[in-house]
Amino acid sequence: MRYTLGMAGALALFWLMNSGHYSPLLLTLGAASVVLVTWIARRMDVVDRESMPLHLLSRVPRYFLWLSGQIIASNLDLVRQTWSRNPDYEPQVARLPLPQQSDICRVVYANSINLTPGTLTVEISADHLLVHSLSARGMASLEGGEMSRRVSELEQ
Amino acid sequence: MILALTVIVLLLVMVVALLRAFAGPNVFDRVLAANLFGTKTVLLIATISYLFGSPDFLDIALVYALINYISVIGVLRITELRNEQQGADG
Amino acid sequence: MSAILEPLSSVCLLLGSFLLLTGALGFLRFADFYARLHACGVTETLATALIILGLMLQATDSALPQFKLLLILLFVLFSSPTASHALAKAAWNAGVRPRDRRGRRDIALPPGDR
Repeated sequence: MRYTLGMAGALALFWLMNSGHYSPLLLTLGAASVVLVTWIARRMDVVDRESMPLHLLSRVPRYFLWLSGQIIASNLDLVRQTWSRNPDYEPQVARLPLPQQSDICRVVYANSINLTPGTLTVEISADHLLVHSLSARGMASLEGGEMSRRVSELEQ
Repeated sequence: MILALTVIVLLLVMVVALLRAFAGPNVFDRVLAANLFGTKTVLLIATISYLFGSPDFLDIALVYALINYISVIGVLRITELRNEQQGADG
Repeated sequence: MSAILEPLSSVCLLLGSFLLLTGALGFLRFADFYARLHACGVTETLATALIILGLMLQATDSALPQFKLLLILLFVLFSSPTASHALAKAAWNAGVRPRDRRGRRDIALPPGDR
C-alpha cells in the first residue's frame, strides 16, 4: 500500500509539473491518467520495494554529492589526456568483486562505474564485474574499494 | 550570443559524430555515433528553445531523450540476436 | 539577481561547450573502440550537466522549464551509463577486444578470459 501511494503521488507531481495548465477539465484528465497508470502498474505487479526504493531516498543525496566529486575529477583527467600531444593512458581490463546483495545496489554500483568517465563495466556476473579502465589510476581507485563500500552502505 | 555559440558547438559535435558513423570501422562504433548524435540532439533542442524563447520545445527534448535511449537498446538487441544466430549456425 | 545569474549561466554554457568539443576530439582521435566509449562518457555526464545547469540559470517567468530541464538531466544521467554498458557488452560478446592506445595490439586480459 505504501508503495502504491508513493507511486501515485510521484505520478501526480510529475503530471502537475509537466502540464502547466490547471483548468478543471485538464486536472480531471490528469487524475484519471494517474489512476489508470497506477492500476496498470499494480496489475503488472511491478509496484514493490524494488521499483519504489523509498528506503534508499534518505541516503542517496550524500552518495550523489560524493559521486559528483568523483565525476568531476575523472573528467578533468580525461580532458587532459584528450588535449595532450602525447596521451599516456594505459587501457586495462580487470575483474572486480561484487559484494552487494540486492539487485538495485548492484545496478547503482555498475552505473556509478560507467558514470565516471575512464571506467566502464563491460560484463556483470553473479559475483564479479568485468571493468575496462583507461588508466591504471582509475583502476587502482576502483580496486581500493571506496565506491563499493559507499554503495554497500546504501543498502543497510 | 552565448546560446548561439553553444548551438554552433553542438552542431559541430554532431558533424563529428556523423563522420565517425561513416568511418566505422565496425557496427558498434556506428551505434555509438548514433547515440552521441541523439543525446546532442536533445541538448540542441533544449538550447534552441531558449535561443528562440519558446519553452514548449522542452517537451520535445524530453520525449526525444526517451526515444533515443529506447532506439539504442533496440539496435543493440538486434545485433546481439544476429550474433547469437551466427554463433548457432557456425 | 539576474546580474549574478547571467554571467554564471554563461560560464556554465562555455565550460559545457568546451567539454563537448573535448569529447568530440577524443571520439575522433582515440584508436580503440572502448577508449572512444570513454570519450563519449565525458560529453554525456559533465558536459550535459553543465549545459542544462546553464540553461536552468537563464531567466524565465515560471518554474516549469527548470523542472523539465531537471527531468531531462536526470533521465540522461540514468540512461547514458546503461546505454554505454549495453554497447560495451554487445561489442565484447561480438568479439571486439580492447587494444592499446595506438590501436595496434590487444591488451592483456584477466585470467580466464579470451
